[in-house]
Amino acid sequence: MVSLKVNGQAHSVDVDDDTPLLWAIRDNLGLTGTKFGCGVAQCGACTVYVDGQPVRSCVTPVSAVGDSEITTIEGLSGKEAEAVQASWTKLDVPQCGYCQSGQVMSAIALLKENRKPSDRDIDLAMNGNLCRCATYVRIRAAIHDAARALEI
Amino acid sequence: MRRSLVLSAAAGIGLCLAGSALTWAQTATQSQPGGASLRPAASFSSIANQRDRSVALFTEMGKVMQHPRCMNCHPVTDRPRQGDARKLHEPLVVRGKDGHGAPGLHCSTCHGKQNYDPARIPGDGHWALAPASMAWEGKSLGQICEQLKDQNRNGSRDLAALVKHVTTDTLVLWGWRPGASREPAPGTAAQFGELMQAWADTGAACPAT
Repeated sequence: MVSLKVNGQAHSVDVDDDTPLLWAIRDNLGLTGTKFGCGVAQCGACTVYVDGQPVRSCVTPVSAVGDSEITTIEGLSGKEAEAVQASWTKLDVPQCGYCQSGQVMSAIALLKENRKPSDRDIDLAMNGNLCRCATYVRIRAAIHDAARALEI
Repeated sequence: MRRSLVLSAAAGIGLCLAGSALTWAQTATQSQPGGASLRPAASFSSIANQRDRSVALFTEMGKVMQHPRCMNCHPVTDRPRQGDARKLHEPLVVRGKDGHGAPGLHCSTCHGKQNYDPARIPGDGHWALAPASMAWEGKSLGQICEQLKDQNRNGSRDLAALVKHVTTDTLVLWGWRPGASREPAPGTAAQFGELMQAWADTGAACPAT
């Protein structure tokens, strides 16, 4: 059994130590907002926060997490999250939507570190999140929009 | 096959006993199999001229420093390379202000504290790019040697500190334990440390080119 703290709640999950955190989150805890895309940290769909920092949960064994606080898309809160959610809705960012929880996790992480990102800053932060519908232009616009909203 | 495994295990135990003065970090990082070999430092004693011996020792060290395991994260640009074929790192990542990546996409977003072989992702507690002042890519061994000794570029390390760095820094030692589908750096970390110590002891001379 492995202990995990997810979205403020303690859980005990019956998995091997080298199980990817993503599998425990989806299969054992039923939190399916976080997606499986590639399984090798190439697409970003599985992004969660470990102690507030974005991490690809598909390449993170549960044994590496320890007592850390894990936050999934279901557990997001705070002004950056609210701003990103509002801008995402306003600009109608998602198309098929599969990658979007990962995109949102990365976008919020960027805005927490950089309140006024340039196009270049956004590209460098979001390069690890692929979108098969190529909504990149709207993602970038929505991050700028959220950054403006956070200024007010 | 089984017999040879048993023999190599016995040889490994022998090495550990012989090297009992080695630190835990060194003994814990016996090379994973599959790498090229290094000449032991003692085998250079036949070179009578001290300067020539020092250059020859550094040239042997160059096999490690110019190996993909080391070179990939000492890039001349802001973007590392990856794999034995030294392809550009995917996704596009950059050095960032502290060598740990850009805001929102730090090295630690994908690279954990240890290798994660099921996904073939390498890891270490401080996965990072070398500073730009220590870029080795495209440089000759002589240039790398001068750069390595230059305390204005090497993080203010004297020769003793350099030897300590390459024998104790976990990210350097990772080069000999790189995990699945990556060839380890030549020889062992201990052999490399002995070569560097012998190079330092012989005046730390650099190849002319």
